[in-house]
Amino acid sequence: MNKTTALITAGTLGLTFSATLMAADDYITLASTTSTENSGLFDAIIPAFSEETGIDVRVVAVGTGQAFEIGRRGDADSLLVHDTAGEEQFVADGYATERLNVMYNDFVIVGPSDDPAGIRDSETVVDAMQRIAESESPFASRGDDSGTNRAELRLWEDAGVTPQGEWYRELGSGMGPTLNTAAGMDAYTFTDRATWVAFDNPQDLTLLFEGDEALFNQYGSLLLSAERHPHLKHDLAAQWHEWLVSEQGQQAIADFEVDDQQLFFPNAE
Amino acid sequence: MLTSDNAFSTALALILGMDSALISIVTLSLQVSLMAVVIASLIALPLGAALALWRFPGRNVVIVALNALMGLPPVVAGLCVYLLLSRAGPLGEWGLLFTPTAMVIAQVILVMPIIAALTRQQVEALHGEYAEQLNSLGLTRLRMIPTLLWDARFGLLTVILAGFGRASAEVGAVMIVGGNIDGVTRVMTTSIVLETSKGNLPMALGLGIILLALVTMINAIAHIIGETAKRRLG
Repeated sequence: MNKTTALITAGTLGLTFSATLMAADDYITLASTTSTENSGLFDAIIPAFSEETGIDVRVVAVGTGQAFEIGRRGDADSLLVHDTAGEEQFVADGYATERLNVMYNDFVIVGPSDDPAGIRDSETVVDAMQRIAESESPFASRGDDSGTNRAELRLWEDAGVTPQGEWYRELGSGMGPTLNTAAGMDAYTFTDRATWVAFDNPQDLTLLFEGDEALFNQYGSLLLSAERHPHLKHDLAAQWHEWLVSEQGQQAIADFEVDDQQLFFPNAE
Repeated sequence: MLTSDNAFSTALALILGMDSALISIVTLSLQVSLMAVVIASLIALPLGAALALWRFPGRNVVIVALNALMGLPPVVAGLCVYLLLSRAGPLGEWGLLFTPTAMVIAQVILVMPIIAALTRQQVEALHGEYAEQLNSLGLTRLRMIPTLLWDARFGLLTVILAGFGRASAEVGAVMIVGGNIDGVTRVMTTSIVLETSKGNLPMALGLGIILLALVTMINAIAHIIGETAKRRLG
């Protein structure tokens, strides 16, 4: 058995080292959101960037709250998130030197197709949310301090509703798991359009409310502070940051479609 | 829609298609978990044996702690390793966060208590049986460790497999310290979580079937090696 163990050790070591040797040195770690990753956006745009610059982008997809924390701790070279107020605070706190608009899409409300709260013909999103609260229809919330969760909570506030009670279910999960759960318990939920369109398990869920300006969902890129975290790959990260808002980057974002539907709309100034 | 049929057909299509992304995910899963089990065994086997043979104050506390750590939640282990390896943490300068090495470290922490605690128990039982003979040979306790480990080898193979099962099945720790980066730190379990969150349940279950088949294969190989060795010696 000693021989076997030795062989396994040698084998694994060998494989690990060869894998390390093959990996390119020119890469950055990008902390971004599950909505961008799950929809397949990065698979579509990163190859174009890599071809142009020779830089690979390694994406860690988490909620926006956790992405900020990863950035604050210096564990990612760049951030692409969607919470403009949070991003501006991040810059003000000195963790990032620049924030740029990259693209937008919108949030939508999905729910059971028989629409027990009757939000289909709501005029505004605030009205839709009030109807859900008044009818105490089950509502699944991310409850994970993500960008989507923050946007949802702001809208409850605008609606003058304190979301609590048995109908309001905080799941503490990402967008995908929340959609799975909402589908399972016939609940309404608040989601970004990209994750919804790319989601494969809707069961009886259907899109019930969309189109209010208040549902605007802006994504921004943050250039992290070299002063705060000197060890980060700032030169490479700056190339990514600038590429996103360049003509090529913006075109790559516009070209990305799922089921013939454009999911992200470039809007760099 | 998910049916068991399309999960199996997805699994089959994945295997037959020899998808290069799938191969790299499977390879990385095996590399990380096997590496973790080898390292954990190198530490935990002698440690468990030593704990079985030596009597010292606080020994029972150590045993209870070790037994309790067998139930350490993977996310807690992952979080601790994350805080250690994060740039803001004590070992941040090594730059290991979001690498396969970080995943191995987290799994070693998860697997080591299992191997150490079960080794302690097996060696202690064996020592109880052979104490007189070993003493009459005039062996020191340090010399007894390799003898007893060798004698317990067939039981210990199962112990190591239990450790491997823990490593290959967990997702909480590798998700946090690896970051589930496509092509870099994405393994079987984190892929399953990702596909589930995309609502792609046939793919998620298909990957689960492949993972189960792999683990079964490794256990079968270990079983055959154990049985063959037993027959030759017996």
